[in-house]
Amino acid sequence: MSDTPPIPCTDLIVCPKCDAAYSLQVPPAGQRAVCDRCGQVLIDTRHKAGLQIIAVSVTVVILIIAAAIFPFLSIQAGGARNSVSILDSALAFSDGPLIALALLTAALILFVPLARMMLAIYVLTPIVLDRPPARGAALAFRWSEALRPWSMAEIFVIGCAVALVKITDLAQVELGPAFWMFAALVILVVAQDRIMCRWSVWNSLDEEPAT
Amino acid sequence: MSGEINGPVPVGLTGDADAAGTDARFVTAREMGVAGCTRCGRVWPLETDVCARCGNTIVSRDRKSLQRVWALWLVGLMCYVPANIYPMLRTRTLAQVQEDTIVGGAVELAQHGAPGIAIIILLASVVIPLAKFFVIAFLAVSVERRSAVSYHQRQLLYEVVEYIGRWSMIDIFVVAILSSLVQLNALAAINPGPASLFFALSVIFTMLSAQAFDSRMIWDAQSGREETEKDE
Repeated sequence: MSDTPPIPCTDLIVCPKCDAAYSLQVPPAGQRAVCDRCGQVLIDTRHKAGLQIIAVSVTVVILIIAAAIFPFLSIQAGGARNSVSILDSALAFSDGPLIALALLTAALILFVPLARMMLAIYVLTPIVLDRPPARGAALAFRWSEALRPWSMAEIFVIGCAVALVKITDLAQVELGPAFWMFAALVILVVAQDRIMCRWSVWNSLDEEPAT
Repeated sequence: MSGEINGPVPVGLTGDADAAGTDARFVTAREMGVAGCTRCGRVWPLETDVCARCGNTIVSRDRKSLQRVWALWLVGLMCYVPANIYPMLRTRTLAQVQEDTIVGGAVELAQHGAPGIAIIILLASVVIPLAKFFVIAFLAVSVERRSAVSYHQRQLLYEVVEYIGRWSMIDIFVVAILSSLVQLNALAAINPGPASLFFALSVIFTMLSAQAFDSRMIWDAQSGREETEKDE
């Protein structure tokens, strides 16, 4: 065993979290390959995952755009009334130096999730159609992955819940259509993230994908 | 050797042939003279500079990682102090103008009969950020010297910090929603205070700090000791 020839790099898979090396065997669809040392999921394949991800992503794109336009929340107290969209609430910090925070909030809850969905559609559509990868697909997927921790739609929803409880005794609150759209899109964003197997996407962007 | 892996792993991975006789022993990529891309997982010879598949820099261990972790950690901590001193919310009603800090706002909520929400705010804005500072510091120290905490537990800590760090943003979103919604002309208005900016910066920098940490170092520091400790 000691003088085994060096294994070609393409036959190996290395856990990014703990650096354990394994010889690569792609599990059958629907099964996962897990690092035995640290428990990191290395490969998580699924039947028709690409098509599902595209479908979910398209839905989310539509929902994000709609949710940004329609009224989100409105309050009423003593004859005064105020109604806001999601974009309004993101841009609430718009006086003075807080404008940076306004742009940041808008990015975290709307533009980053939107961008990630569009990048996923761009990268996966040619793969699903068995075409060669789109131009700049690697770069696109790289961005999509880099933006992943900064997509905070689901945190915004919890923030909404907290804010609503805070003002219910101050004023009467009404939930607009955008509120329900946003609630739905958050679930879809999480689902999209769950179905996507990063290894499979990177592998299919390779010139000679492993099978 | 059989190369079978026991445990919940479906037939995807096989221990490498080098582990003659000991199934439990893992071979690291570095010992094999290769390095895995941390972004896309492609494996390259050690001397490779840039991953040809995804463009990420290939390093077997990120030596400068700890410096970046500490620098970002410190900036995060420096932003966290003013975030707690300055007011987060400025509430103007007919009778008065009231300014609340993060903790002050939570205490007030608890007194006004919403202890559950007060706990969420305290968790997201005080407990999680502080715990994050401690855990990142602990991990960064632990890879440089021996640690009594096992590598599995430290890996878990790292994953928890990476996952939970984003949730501190709740308070920023609450402030955003409140201050856009509650604008009732003369009656009442809520506006964000300067603490909101510092708090957001603090969350961002601690997230970057956690991302800068190369978790492979947790396992390195241990691997020498692990062999002698549990050689099965």
